[in-house]
Amino acid sequence: MRVALFLTCVNDTLYPDTGRAVVKLLTRLGVDVDFPMAQTCCGQAHYNTGYRHEAEPLARHFSEVFGGYEAIVTPSGSCGAMVRELYPRMGARARAEGRGDGLATALAPVVPRTYELTEFLVDVLGVTDVGAYYPHTVTYHPTCHGLRGLGLGDRPRRLLESVGGLELRELPGADECCGFGGTFALKNADVSAAMGADKVRNAASTGADVLCAADNSCLMHIGGTMTRLRTGMRPVHIAEILASTQEEPV
Amino acid sequence: MSGGTYLGMPAFPKAAHEAVRDETLRGNLRHATHTIRAKRATAVAEVSDWAELREAGKQIKDHTLRHLDRYLVQLEESVTAAGGTVHWAADADEANRIVTGLVKATGESEVVKVKSMATQEIGLNEALEAEGIRAYETDLAELIVQLGEDRPSHILVPAIHRNRGEIRDIFAREMGAWGRPAPEGLTDTPAELADAARLHLREKFLRAKVGISGANFMVAETGTMVVVESEGNGRMCLTLPETLISVVGIEKTVPTWRDLEVFLQTLPRSSTAERMNPYTSTWTGTTDSGTADGPRDFHLVLIDNGRTDTLADEVGRQALRCIRCSACLNVCPVYERAGGHAYGSVYPGPIGAILSPQLRGTGSEIDASLPYASSLCGACYDVCPVAIDIPEVLVHLRERVVQGGPVTREGVRVLVKPAKGHAAERAAMRAARWAFGRPGVLRAGQRLASRTRRFHPRTLPGPGRAWSDTRSVPEVPAEPFRDWWQRTHGGKDTSK
Repeated sequence: MRVALFLTCVNDTLYPDTGRAVVKLLTRLGVDVDFPMAQTCCGQAHYNTGYRHEAEPLARHFSEVFGGYEAIVTPSGSCGAMVRELYPRMGARARAEGRGDGLATALAPVVPRTYELTEFLVDVLGVTDVGAYYPHTVTYHPTCHGLRGLGLGDRPRRLLESVGGLELRELPGADECCGFGGTFALKNADVSAAMGADKVRNAASTGADVLCAADNSCLMHIGGTMTRLRTGMRPVHIAEILASTQEEPV
Repeated sequence: MSGGTYLGMPAFPKAAHEAVRDETLRGNLRHATHTIRAKRATAVAEVSDWAELREAGKQIKDHTLRHLDRYLVQLEESVTAAGGTVHWAADADEANRIVTGLVKATGESEVVKVKSMATQEIGLNEALEAEGIRAYETDLAELIVQLGEDRPSHILVPAIHRNRGEIRDIFAREMGAWGRPAPEGLTDTPAELADAARLHLREKFLRAKVGISGANFMVAETGTMVVVESEGNGRMCLTLPETLISVVGIEKTVPTWRDLEVFLQTLPRSSTAERMNPYTSTWTGTTDSGTADGPRDFHLVLIDNGRTDTLADEVGRQALRCIRCSACLNVCPVYERAGGHAYGSVYPGPIGAILSPQLRGTGSEIDASLPYASSLCGACYDVCPVAIDIPEVLVHLRERVVQGGPVTREGVRVLVKPAKGHAAERAAMRAARWAFGRPGVLRAGQRLASRTRRFHPRTLPGPGRAWSDTRSVPEVPAEPFRDWWQRTHGGKDTSK
């Protein structure tokens, strides 16, 4: 199977460790991963801020870059939801505006083949025990677009429960948004920060060392808040936990 | 809108700034929304066919809205046949003129009111007061708001921002000026507060000759109005006065009693988390016998006030499905922190953020900021009993704010210009799109960021301060992923 890693622009630029972890994990599971160098951004920030017309060329570019792969795997719930949920909507809107089927047709091939990482592991590869070892106490925050957009359900949880040495602690108010929300974090900084502080307080109340999520954008906000509130906790992407082994710990 | 109370509201972020720092308000809202949120989840989980009920509610509303012209005419015929009079109001001013005229014609100078969002929306109480008519709110929470010279901050529980102690103080201080004073030594126990309100309101019910209500539903086939409530004050207002004036938004129509069945299951569970609400009052026109209960004179004032224009928008029209249950407010993390007043409208929370900018347009500062009052977390869509995809409409309205485009205003298709204050953002978005269209440019930018990383500031200048004031700035890594990938041939060459 030709599998492409759609790392996302945020991870590529700021969180290369997550990318390396995905490559290590998938390689260990026997998947041949490719990273198409022409990939850039899916257009989510543009679309969600109201710049749908600016997002369209980025979506077309995405489809050109990834169209030839059988599966496209991304370690981001929100970017995965952008492709799967919002690309079809963009195509439909263009049609409704009398611009024909061009955009919908161009984007159609990548929509069903795009998987968020934990979905790919559980649904496509059919594994929940990925042979990982991570001797830490961890609490898990299900990010909104993964939870409600993609419907990831208990997949991330099942993966974490199978990790050797890992103690999973229940996060109070887990399904509440952390307050990141892309440009929301800047446009409504007061509310965003209050939501972040509440999320961090809930995380700290578990006594875990690590807060894990499947989206680095949310972790950037939660982690940035943790630093300021001096909780001593670390934000870690789920890929890095699943990539960690007894021989090669992260 | 002509109510006046919300004109000139500051943009949402500014209004929320104060609320976020108000510890009492945050505590009141957190306690109330979390309690009702949990109860609603339990009440909904009991119903095995909730998903089907939700879909049915959505379909009934969409069907009715698609054929609203036909159903409204049917409704008018049914109401008229039952002895009522139907009035059509294109906007708030017209509605207020009609209602004021109807009250004046009775010769009365006071009215009792059932809790109603439509009359709040048009600012009816203020319009009546300007004509020397006093309107008494009889819903407990609306009474608290009215006595406290406050504004409602929630659709279902308008005084959600008040705690028991605050309510006691308001009752003790204000009731005397409006009628029967609060009993001596009133405490903040719920039973005593309810008793004080009951005694205070009873004399108003018994004296009133004119009642004003809204309606949760209007059944077109029989011309029947339906009010769903918990306290029984509505039943009093609907049955005791001789004249009843119901002010209702045109989108409240349902074709048949059979359709009503769906909403009488979903509305109570979604709003108060009850299997069934205590009082469901229905009335059809007037009673013709002199001895029967109920009004001798019934007027239905149908208000448009931006609804037909909203109906013309194919993405935004789903907001008109709303049955005002408030479930979206109770799960919204933004509402919980910002409070209802920050939304600058009688419709706060997620539904308000998509209704107000459509009913009023995106011209004012507050209305242009409302589509951004959301992290797009999707909790509102999940709980909506008529499946309004609120995040979808929010993004659609953001587009209208930043890019402008065609909208319908007073029945005419017009092109709105982009709102002010987005020029820098627009330029940044265009630049980002340009760079992201060229992998080489992106890579050059990433490398520049990596090479200069030692010099990156801990706090960001300009708009970035909004981030770094409360959150540390992520450190840029020594090399972006794509450079590592190329250098190590996809991680295969580990010697490098």
